[in-house]
Amino acid sequence: MSDLLQFVFSGLTVGAVYALVALGFTIIYNASDVVNFSQGEFVMLGGMSTVFLSAAGVPLPAAAILAVVITALVGVALNKFAIEPARNASVVTIIIITIGASIFLRGVAQIVFDKQLHRFESFSGDVPIEILGATILPQSVWVIFGAAVIFTGLYLFFTRTLTGKAVLATANNRLAARLVGINTNFIMTLSFALSAAIGAVAGVLVTPITLTSYDIGIALALKGFAAAMLGGMGNPFGALVGGLVVGLIEALTAGYISSTYKDAAAFIVILAVLFVMPSGLFGRAAVNRV
Amino acid sequence: MKNLSPKSITLLALVALVLVAPLFFPSSFYYRVGTLMFINGLAVTGLVILIGYAGQISLGHAGFCGIGAYACALAPVHLGLPPVVAMLLGAIISGALAYLVGRPILRLKGHYLAVATLGFGILIFMVLSNESWLTGGPDGMQVEDLGLRDLLKSLGLSVPAAQVWYWFSGLVLLLGALLALNLHTSSTGRALRALHDSEIAARTVGVDVAHFKLMAFVISAVYASISGSLLAMMNKFVSPDIAGFLHSVQMVTMTVLGGAGSVFGAITGASILTALPQGLTVFHDYEHIVLGLIMMLVMIFLREGLVPSLIKRFSRRQG
Repeated sequence: MSDLLQFVFSGLTVGAVYALVALGFTIIYNASDVVNFSQGEFVMLGGMSTVFLSAAGVPLPAAAILAVVITALVGVALNKFAIEPARNASVVTIIIITIGASIFLRGVAQIVFDKQLHRFESFSGDVPIEILGATILPQSVWVIFGAAVIFTGLYLFFTRTLTGKAVLATANNRLAARLVGINTNFIMTLSFALSAAIGAVAGVLVTPITLTSYDIGIALALKGFAAAMLGGMGNPFGALVGGLVVGLIEALTAGYISSTYKDAAAFIVILAVLFVMPSGLFGRAAVNRV
Repeated sequence: MKNLSPKSITLLALVALVLVAPLFFPSSFYYRVGTLMFINGLAVTGLVILIGYAGQISLGHAGFCGIGAYACALAPVHLGLPPVVAMLLGAIISGALAYLVGRPILRLKGHYLAVATLGFGILIFMVLSNESWLTGGPDGMQVEDLGLRDLLKSLGLSVPAAQVWYWFSGLVLLLGALLALNLHTSSTGRALRALHDSEIAARTVGVDVAHFKLMAFVISAVYASISGSLLAMMNKFVSPDIAGFLHSVQMVTMTVLGGAGSVFGAITGASILTALPQGLTVFHDYEHIVLGLIMMLVMIFLREGLVPSLIKRFSRRQG
């Protein structure tokens, strides 16, 4: 029993990070139909910027906030210089552009920062908390709690504010949104900023546990993308469920079956789900207009 | 030149490239780079059939390269097969596997297809790197050479290894390109291009969409497998990275960068992206930045890929 609980704790921690990355994918996808493969680099930038800012003498909380702002600006720049000029290009073309962007950002990070592994102090120390015979790190609580706050905040943003509703309207039908006076270009910029900031927050929260380096982005982008597709692309709730499911499958496979195949298990489940439900768990069924 | 079909022009250009390039090679290192270009060009020609003709994406084709490569590494040792037979065995396994997984996977569209093929590729990569009792794990393993050089030697011809590989891979690439070009103008090619334009329209006029998609998937898997085999035998070494996600992305990038719709374009893309890192080693630390920039700039400004976009610009100026 305590074993199971232990695996669930670690699954929820990684799962929360995957869910945040998947949420980043979802927000950009909704605003622009773009799957942004440099989403993982946002997580890396968040963690690495915090490390180097705090090493330069900035207090940790300020460094973390600055890092999130820097990453959001990188997101805006990405949209401005790489995505906007390629409007209406095909799916494959845009995938290559965003993969190019992710390689580019990795290259920049390796020069601006370095190639070492880094971490900074946990927010509330490293003394494990004991719950029903299992233990959880205080930082894991921060990660899970942080993800919960972000998801709740976004839910309120999308349902209670005018700007949030404008984002949803743009996601539904860009032309119609523009006709009723929504500035869709601003919505695009906002989506990239938001999704980069979310990635950066995930990076800041998880770095004390998993450490960070310039090349952690690829693996995170793959898992986050898979989680988003598992939940059904374009559905924030699907991103949350998809992320947690992938995290839990990994942790349980590592615990009970084999740690070398933990990554495989997640992808086997995703393939199985897609065979039965080609639009993911909560995705809308695709309708083709001829 | 006016009376030649685009097919003959492509083939003539490729033959000329293979024959003339060595005149400018100052050392055997260049034969090696040339061989790499041809081997990548072969894999990419297969992807032209899948991406360019049929309009389907795969982010997992490196998995098939891995199967081809490890077939050549394992079959000669464990089954006592000669390397050429091992290569064919790898191609058959890849084709059969593509046939099996292709049916369910190819029902998916767009990004869902991308994630499914991605997952499939990662599964192959994981098996290759985790089953170290068979594959040597992440450290990789030795591979037997094709033995072509020894064959030539027994005939009294002594050719340096790098050159043997250059001519052989050039020949295989020409064969692969010929097949792909013939496919383009055949009725199968027409069906593939029809379903690329509109799946529903193609189905309406009686094209068995699922069948043709699967066919393109299987053919491109066999191309990838053979390129993997050749790569492993030339290097006399293979590691699981050959089946990794980055290799898959690299192949798709080569295809789309040069121009997914044209065999010549894709091979050009493969050549550029193979030669580039060799040149960029001078810049060392800036390699990633330059590569990423090139990928973004080409895709933003020359959306159909280098070769088709340039041809269009050129012919517009003439017209």
